[in-house]
Amino acid sequence: MLLKRWIPLFILVFVGILTLIHWFVPHDPIGSLGRDFSQFFDIIASFAIILGAANLLKLQSMKISQRKKGWPFNLVTIIAFALTAYVGLNWHSYFGGGHNYLAGTHVNNPDSHFFWVWWYVFTPLSATMYALLAFYVASASYRAFRARNVEATVLLVAGIIIMIGRVPLGQQFTAWLPDSGFWSIFRLERLSDWIYSYPNGAGQRAIMIGIALGVVSTSLRLILGIEKSFLGEE
Amino acid sequence: MKPGNARLAALAVLLCLGAAPAAAQDAPAAPPAPPIDLTAEDTPNDRGHAIALSWVLSPDDDGSGRVTGYSVWRAEHREGVAPADLEWRRVGSHSPGHLGDDRLTHTDVSDNIVNGRPYLYRVRTEGPGGSGEILLPAAIAARAQWFNRARWNMLLAVLVLSGGIMYWIQKAQTSDIYLRPVAGLKAFDEAIGRATEMGNPVLFVPGIMDMDQIETLAGVSILGYVGKMTARYETPLEVPVSRSLVMAHAREVVKESYLQAGRPDLYNDDMIHYLTDDQFGYAAAVDGIMLRQKPAACFYQGKFYAESLILAETGNSIGAIQIAGTASPAQLPFFITACDYTLIGEEFFAASAYLSQDKRSIGSIRGQDVGKLIFMVALILGVFLVSLEAVGIQLPSWLDITALFDVSSGG
Repeated sequence: MLLKRWIPLFILVFVGILTLIHWFVPHDPIGSLGRDFSQFFDIIASFAIILGAANLLKLQSMKISQRKKGWPFNLVTIIAFALTAYVGLNWHSYFGGGHNYLAGTHVNNPDSHFFWVWWYVFTPLSATMYALLAFYVASASYRAFRARNVEATVLLVAGIIIMIGRVPLGQQFTAWLPDSGFWSIFRLERLSDWIYSYPNGAGQRAIMIGIALGVVSTSLRLILGIEKSFLGEE
Repeated sequence: MKPGNARLAALAVLLCLGAAPAAAQDAPAAPPAPPIDLTAEDTPNDRGHAIALSWVLSPDDDGSGRVTGYSVWRAEHREGVAPADLEWRRVGSHSPGHLGDDRLTHTDVSDNIVNGRPYLYRVRTEGPGGSGEILLPAAIAARAQWFNRARWNMLLAVLVLSGGIMYWIQKAQTSDIYLRPVAGLKAFDEAIGRATEMGNPVLFVPGIMDMDQIETLAGVSILGYVGKMTARYETPLEVPVSRSLVMAHAREVVKESYLQAGRPDLYNDDMIHYLTDDQFGYAAAVDGIMLRQKPAACFYQGKFYAESLILAETGNSIGAIQIAGTASPAQLPFFITACDYTLIGEEFFAASAYLSQDKRSIGSIRGQDVGKLIFMVALILGVFLVSLEAVGIQLPSWLDITALFDVSSGG
């Protein structure tokens, strides 16, 4: 009970209150303690990666040993993990050999094997996943922009104005309208800016205020020890 | 003059004319003029160890190339010792000024600056012809402040909001508070029930950030409830995580939930497993889990970035019932489009209170609503005062709301 409940709760309350006070009190030791706590977190999180890596290797190995469906992919994961770890930890791992660089500098050196893995394997794979987003945006927009009711129709019209008003070709549709005066507000680029800045801005701010209040309320529940569900309690 | 002599004289003149510019180039350039009016002050609202300097540009800093930059030097002031005999250290540099700059500023921040100890500064104009320097007329000391005065308005807001929330937490213990039904939260049981009927697992994604984010904490709290439900219904639960600390924490929470539901035998550490810290690597792996295991219910509760739509669209393509919750405004439209239910901002933070039905937690949500009311009144009042100013009505200085709500200096 002491280890699982009271000590974590004490750490949370103590660190929470101190972090809050540090925002308003810059004087040491409070000011520096606030910064130190975030560094403690970074250090703990860095060491915790060992837990994650061990878990990943354990699960992948189990799937291979049990010959589960798709086990060759698990083998690829383990080989990729081992190779990347090797070229990352071995700072003498360079193309051509004969280099003697300091540990750590090799991660940014284009001649190192680690950099090659990063630049020619990891980065294209990440970019590929990111590029998929374009197709997902298209399919999601198709569903969202169907004029099923009044609200969806308003969304559709606003979306079309924003999209057309943001591209030079679209702006040409209303280029014949005057630059100033009453009719100028109907130029697509101005309508687009107006929708973006005012109705959209107002909606976003309302959500942001709600989120800020939610953060304050949740933080207070945590600091006061009311919210204990993160400890697995009701 | 003979024609031959005339030609020689003309040649000599030409040679002299040609040599003159070369001679001018070889002559040493004059050192640039020093900066003017060097001032220094303790940086306000900080922990000390910082001094802000400011000076007027050198008259030679006009883009002609005579000034290539400025260097800043610091020395500890000692009574009775001439500035030239002090130990000067170069502590910074500054590029030349640009058109329109009146003054240049440089803040010297260093733990080598001892609070309360006097320091002298000099600023040198550097150029190809040498340097010109100005000395600070009087020594300056850095000091730490006990209160950041630029954040007084935030402190006021924190006190008012916290006071309101604490009042309602207290009051909730003796009175019943109505909490409006939130469709997304009511759908939790339905989604898990559906997964049970179909015999497919429940997938829970607690975002891609670490435990230092309050959204992750809120997400893991919701995971506790989902874990309890899957334990009761004996439905498999799959929780892939992208941070090791989240994995360790989520395991404790889910284990406790299975224990409370009376089914510790169904709990297995591997239900919560680590994939990768990388954003898109994680998205790819979770997509793979979805396509292979076909979960009937997908929960996305935490902090998300661009991977939100990749996950939600894949979940949509396998026909899973999807419930998302996040406080990332940029990701909300994606979740609203691709998921069946979305907990928007404050609903997401209210989820654990709603699901636990704990009186004090519900009281905090009422306090939150009171805070919202205060914001609404402040907004209306602000719009009214700004409109008065816009039509030319002069307001007293204490009603200058632009200054009141200016938090830019407060970081």
